[in-house]
Amino acid sequence: MALTAEDVASLARLARIELTDAELEILAPQLDVILESVARVSEVAAQDIPPTSHALPLTNVFREDELRPSLPREQLLAAAPAAEQMRFRVPRILGEEA
Amino acid sequence: MTLRQPEASEIIRQTAVDLAVKIKSRELSAVEVTRAHLDRIDEIDGEIHAFLYVDQERALASASRVDAKITAGEAVGPLAGVPLALKDILTYAGAPTTCGSKILEGWLPPYDATVTRRLLDHDMVILGKTNLDEFAMGSSTENSAFGPTRNPWDTSRIPGGSGGGSSAAVAAYEAPLAIGTDTGGSIRQPAAVTGTVGVKPTYGGSSRYGLVALASSLDQPGPCARTVLDAALLHQIIAGHDPCDSTSIDQPVPDVVRAARSADVSGMKIGVVRELGGEGYAPGVEQRFGEAVELLASLGAEIIEVSCPHFVYALPAYYLILPAECSSNLAKFDAMRYGLRVGDDGVASAEQVMAMTREAGFGAEVKRRIIIGTYALSSGYYEAYYGQAQKVRTLISRDFDNAFSQADVLISPSTPITAFKIGEKVNDPLAMYMNDLCTIPSNLAGNASGSFPVGLAAEDGLPVGLQVMAPPLADDRVYRVGAALEAALESAWGGPLLDRLPELGSVR
Amino acid sequence: MTVLPYEEALAAYDPVLGLEVHVELNTVSKMFCGCSTAFGAEPNTQVCAVCLGLPGSLPVLNAKAVESAIRIGLALNCTIAEWCRFARKNYFYPDMPKNYQISQYDEPIAYDGWTEVVLDEQVYRIGIERAHMEEDTGKSLHVGGLTGRIHGADYSLLDYNRSGVPLIEIVTKPIEGTGAKAPQVARAYVTMLRDLLQALGVSDVRMEQGSLRCDANVSLRPVGTSPFGTRTETKNVNSLRSVERAVRYEITRQAAVLTGSGRVIQETRHWHEDSGITTPGRSKETAEDYRYFPEPDLVPIAPSREWVEELRATLPEPPAAKLNRVSAEWGFTDLEMRDVISAGAVNAIEATVAAGASPQSARKWWLTEIARRANEAGVDLENVGVTPQQVAEIQALVENGTINDKLARQVFEGVIAGEGSPAEVVAARGLAIVSDEGALAAAVDEAINANPDVVDKIKSGKVQAAGALIGSVMKQMRGQADAARVREMILEKIG
Repeated sequence: MALTAEDVASLARLARIELTDAELEILAPQLDVILESVARVSEVAAQDIPPTSHALPLTNVFREDELRPSLPREQLLAAAPAAEQMRFRVPRILGEEA
Repeated sequence: MTLRQPEASEIIRQTAVDLAVKIKSRELSAVEVTRAHLDRIDEIDGEIHAFLYVDQERALASASRVDAKITAGEAVGPLAGVPLALKDILTYAGAPTTCGSKILEGWLPPYDATVTRRLLDHDMVILGKTNLDEFAMGSSTENSAFGPTRNPWDTSRIPGGSGGGSSAAVAAYEAPLAIGTDTGGSIRQPAAVTGTVGVKPTYGGSSRYGLVALASSLDQPGPCARTVLDAALLHQIIAGHDPCDSTSIDQPVPDVVRAARSADVSGMKIGVVRELGGEGYAPGVEQRFGEAVELLASLGAEIIEVSCPHFVYALPAYYLILPAECSSNLAKFDAMRYGLRVGDDGVASAEQVMAMTREAGFGAEVKRRIIIGTYALSSGYYEAYYGQAQKVRTLISRDFDNAFSQADVLISPSTPITAFKIGEKVNDPLAMYMNDLCTIPSNLAGNASGSFPVGLAAEDGLPVGLQVMAPPLADDRVYRVGAALEAALESAWGGPLLDRLPELGSVR
Repeated sequence: MTVLPYEEALAAYDPVLGLEVHVELNTVSKMFCGCSTAFGAEPNTQVCAVCLGLPGSLPVLNAKAVESAIRIGLALNCTIAEWCRFARKNYFYPDMPKNYQISQYDEPIAYDGWTEVVLDEQVYRIGIERAHMEEDTGKSLHVGGLTGRIHGADYSLLDYNRSGVPLIEIVTKPIEGTGAKAPQVARAYVTMLRDLLQALGVSDVRMEQGSLRCDANVSLRPVGTSPFGTRTETKNVNSLRSVERAVRYEITRQAAVLTGSGRVIQETRHWHEDSGITTPGRSKETAEDYRYFPEPDLVPIAPSREWVEELRATLPEPPAAKLNRVSAEWGFTDLEMRDVISAGAVNAIEATVAAGASPQSARKWWLTEIARRANEAGVDLENVGVTPQQVAEIQALVENGTINDKLARQVFEGVIAGEGSPAEVVAARGLAIVSDEGALAAAVDEAINANPDVVDKIKSGKVQAAGALIGSVMKQMRGQADAARVREMILEKIG
């Protein structure tokens, strides 16, 4: 299994968390131990078993195509770290829109 | 300072049922009752730290409105005027919702959770928000970014988690009722280690709208109380279909109140789960559990043993499914629209600010689970980890189905050990996870379960809980068994277990 | 950027296309909440806890969106899933409030269909891989850079009104065998899809407003080989014209790369309408891992077969059948029909005919006057600024003698400039043909008197010479006269 600090660092990048080197040193072995333990699930022969995605077999839950009140803009922007021109202001975005 | 045990005659010592009756009959005013609890919070919460936020002004205003309604002869809810505490992971507009995390410190949600709304619509008084493990991840409340909560039985010990604040508040008489949330045992395990009652409804039984999501397929809001009937009344109020939650059950709430009042287990088949006991379980826990089983037998229940062989895989499956779902659920905390923002100096990019903020805003356990979850979902690993865990989940559900074909309910200890010392397991994640051994299977299968106090462990005098599990939509059976135990045990004890709550400062 | 001349490119390489079209549905409310989907509102006024992804919020599926998705799938001859789910597509981007998009991954609601596109009398059968439901993102404004584009911006401003609007993504199977016609086939496909969606009534399908978006995938393989080449995906293709131009450009660019012994890089590219080229997006070291898993906050959708059949009964006529029908009804020649189809004018003509004009007159206006203006302005026909109803009105004004063809052009100009309805423009600009015989007679007399030699010619039998007099009168009348009547009067007067 051996999850290295490098593995953890690249997972952290994917998850947008900038871990410090000190954290990486501590986390990697901890995560490795946890992963080894959870990997026990592979001991179970489950090829023909369907996965659960919902505990209850509900289907077809819909709502009517009707308008409901939106939230007041002032209240939303008041909670924003930064706002300008009635919009949420964010730092410059490097990546392209997907 | 000592944790003063309230006198039997004091307001804060009353059950929710009794308070409701007295408020309705105007023997007590809702304002008096609220004030008494606010005073208690003032008195002891400096030590217990169950509350992250006390909503004093609004609570008193709420109480005052209830009194006015009652005076005017208007109809009010069954627990009108009774105060309660809300786990700080449910939104309540106008009060901060932190989820025990720095990343949401000071966030004021612009909307109420459905559960919150129902409490308010039923004329209850919300005292404030209680402490929890950060984003409900933990079994001890030590992962809160705002300091741990202490177990009223022994303040050097944990009150359980993630909902330690809610159960400690109830155990210490700061509130007669509280709302918790349970994803892997976060209502039941704290109930067990604090000698209180905590129930997890059938998945979909109460609305998750406004419950900040940890693991969407596992989370459930539920009642915390000192008595079974109190919990049942609260359960009745918060549960029921919600069109804002697609996973909520569109059927009547099982008659939990009637079941709690009946407390009759004669003729019930009760299955003891073989796999939930033995090695790793404290002797005192097993002893009290064993006695409770005998007691149930003496009350007319038929006790059988059932085997759920896949339960040994419940913990590993859970610690794959939960991190996977939470890694996605917590992605929204990115400093762009609300919450903490770190490092925005006009030069750093959005991506950098996101990463710096999440680094600063999330604690260690949250980071661990996000990373495991990201790994479990990543391409090449999905099938072996998340995919496989969801299959194991099906097998666990089938074990339950099989067991429920033999018994009406299943029982086990709620947690293998009693309350451990603060700091003891905080650096050993796996050891911490083991606290959820008994509670996790019920979350995976989505059925109903609850924890009820069955005594104190001989070796340390700390509370032990017994867990009752029932099939989905049979929540009432949980209350029936819990109430039977409560009646019989309190009769044997000469009063509730909490009467033995020791003075603060006793070190064990 | 090096490109190979088109003919040279097509001589050596065989293009394979893949078209992904995103359609914004015209439901009243959003996919998972009750906020309005109306276009053009003030920023962040159509936002709630759900579409802003606030902590604790949960999605609830819009029934109408499901209905539209199924109808689209049926119209594209797809199989409708008996059971399917939503999935989370996980990635971080500020326009996506939850940092995951609720979409469908390996269980789309519709799949394995086909459709036909007619171009230059040839029918191309295009396979439809899937049509699935997903939610739209918010919109970002990039501030501080040169072009308003993301590169070089200092910061960005986010408007989440569009976040959560229902989208249907329609993906074709690889489109092969189009050869040199690839760009036109691509355009014809998107045009046909647009017309189909319009007939279904499920979307406004306005590319310029973003309710219909196309991403074009292009790859080349050496002529006569079968394995697919490396493909690029081109975005920002905002009109039917752009579809054709972008595909054509990519073919020439990739051909140049391959001919120069280079390798085509698999990447996302951005189309620039003004310069007519594509440029690479930011390159990524590795392909993004979206970590798809079934959406736990939503339950599966299992459309009953009864419901599907009910919806099937609401479908409009399939495109090919429609073309046959209108072609027969309108009485156009094959060549005329072909031009109409190439111009993407079928729906426009149909609507104009429905508004009262004759098919031939409708065809005339759309394919001459309006098409010319579309080319000049670099926009699609429907964005020139005149509606089918207005075209019919203009034609009616010509037929009832109020104006003539030449004056009609000025009326078009006025309508497009926003001066009002055709009748209002005629009145405001004073374009009506003068029917006052007195005024006409005066002008005719003047012309006769001013041109005695022409009059002599006419008297001597050269009736054609009247043309010069007619011209003179028309000029005098500023075109506002019925030329035929003028001729009549002239000949009467001369005798």
